[in-house]
Amino acid sequence: MNNNNISKEHLEYLNKMKITKTYVKITQIAILIGIILLWEIGARFRWIDPFIFSQPTKILKTAWEMILDGSLFIHTGITLGETVIGFLVSTILGTAIAVLLWWNNFILKVIDPYLVIINSLPKTALAPILIVWMGNNIKSILFTAILMAIVVTTLTVLNGFLEVDKDKIKLIKTFGGNKKDILKKVILPANVPTIINALKVNVGLSLVGVIVGEFLVAQAGLGYLIVYGSQIFKLDWVMLSIVILGILSAILYKGVVILKERFLKWRE
Amino acid sequence: MLKIVELNSVTKSYHTPLGETKAIDNLTLSINKGEFISIIGPSGCGKSTILSLIAGLIKPSSGEILVFGEKVKGTSQRIGYMLQKDHLFEWRTILRNVYLGLEIQNKLTNENKSYAKHLLDTYGLGEFKNHFPSELSGGMRQRAALIRTLAVKPDILLLDEPFSALDYQTRLSVSDEIGSIIKKENKTAILVSHDIAEAISMADRVVVLTQRPAKIKSIHPINLSIENRTPLKSREAPEFREYFNTIWKELKANE
Repeated sequence: MNNNNISKEHLEYLNKMKITKTYVKITQIAILIGIILLWEIGARFRWIDPFIFSQPTKILKTAWEMILDGSLFIHTGITLGETVIGFLVSTILGTAIAVLLWWNNFILKVIDPYLVIINSLPKTALAPILIVWMGNNIKSILFTAILMAIVVTTLTVLNGFLEVDKDKIKLIKTFGGNKKDILKKVILPANVPTIINALKVNVGLSLVGVIVGEFLVAQAGLGYLIVYGSQIFKLDWVMLSIVILGILSAILYKGVVILKERFLKWRE
Repeated sequence: MLKIVELNSVTKSYHTPLGETKAIDNLTLSINKGEFISIIGPSGCGKSTILSLIAGLIKPSSGEILVFGEKVKGTSQRIGYMLQKDHLFEWRTILRNVYLGLEIQNKLTNENKSYAKHLLDTYGLGEFKNHFPSELSGGMRQRAALIRTLAVKPDILLLDEPFSALDYQTRLSVSDEIGSIIKKENKTAILVSHDIAEAISMADRVVVLTQRPAKIKSIHPINLSIENRTPLKSREAPEFREYFNTIWKELKANE
């Protein structure tokens, strides 16, 4: 590509691309503002009942109050912390289990049907049992979050391991490498993208686990705020929590994407 | 002449739940030091199996294989293996790809590192040391793969159809380059191929195999009346066509 020598036609093409992009952005923002405005106006004119639907200005007011007394940061921080622990632990542990299963073919064959069943089981169904076993505390929340993501991580990463080109493994063997060399030089590095993708999926899963856990046991956190708020009809809390959850998951997801780009510089 | 590789009545069968397949049947062959041997045969006849056996990656069902007079029990650092595709790791730079064998064999010394760099420089990849494989052409990648094999200083090179993944143009020039590199580094080499012209152009002797289970059908010493023989120049020798036709007919008779 020669940048000094852009033809008129190409310039027009670039301009057109830029204009389309701007229009898309403007429309996206307009939709968001439109919904918020409609919600606010609807509540003011009593088209909807602000007591059960809340309204943007009231949510903002609540947010401001909770910022001032610091409770917003406590609830958000707890949920964020639990989620981060959840997806990190499930990714690391899931990968470790995948390594074990890759290493030992016998265990893999034995455990395979169990994995499939556990994977298709809705893990949230186990949350109440976890609470009985582990008590009404943060441990139950973390376990629910980890349980949500660990099985699917194991299966995805293991699949990645098993799909590595047999000839790449042969290459290591021709140099006299053993199983540990194969793991360290090929299997793991070849699957860094798989593991990071698992991390990406686990952000969402772990967040679901944390919220379900908080619904059931917590004394704090956004999940607690949602359940408690709906019970005492403080719908401003509920709506605010949902908005924050949306922002939180977007930030976490973006974080993993940035991490991915860092790691995969060679993927150009 | 010194026999560097010997196969004595080697038989190899593969086992699957569906049954047993005999890949190689009672094969006896010896290769001399500094010799370039091409093994050619119909596809699926067990050519690659012979290389895997010599490399010690698999065990024969019966018979024995000697390398430097010693029975093969596992992989040996004196043998270098080149696969069909380059299999350069896309997450490593060219230099770190070339270091792969040294890392595995715990030989990543300064001396070996500079030897590897020297090879890259000599064979035109010096300035691509810090590039990733995706930035290189197919021919350059295959050259890098050869240097990765040479970096561990093997005495014997096993080439398992190393050019078959390249397009025809690249294939001609890369086989010429790699043939010359192997001659210059004075290695013993065994090439497995299903390309008759390629096999003749590179070899001192061409071994023709039968359909599976592979047996030796014939061995052709290649004598070409040209000076400073390289794989490309070999193709211009007057005898080349004769060898080609003879071997082609032998392979055809297999069908």
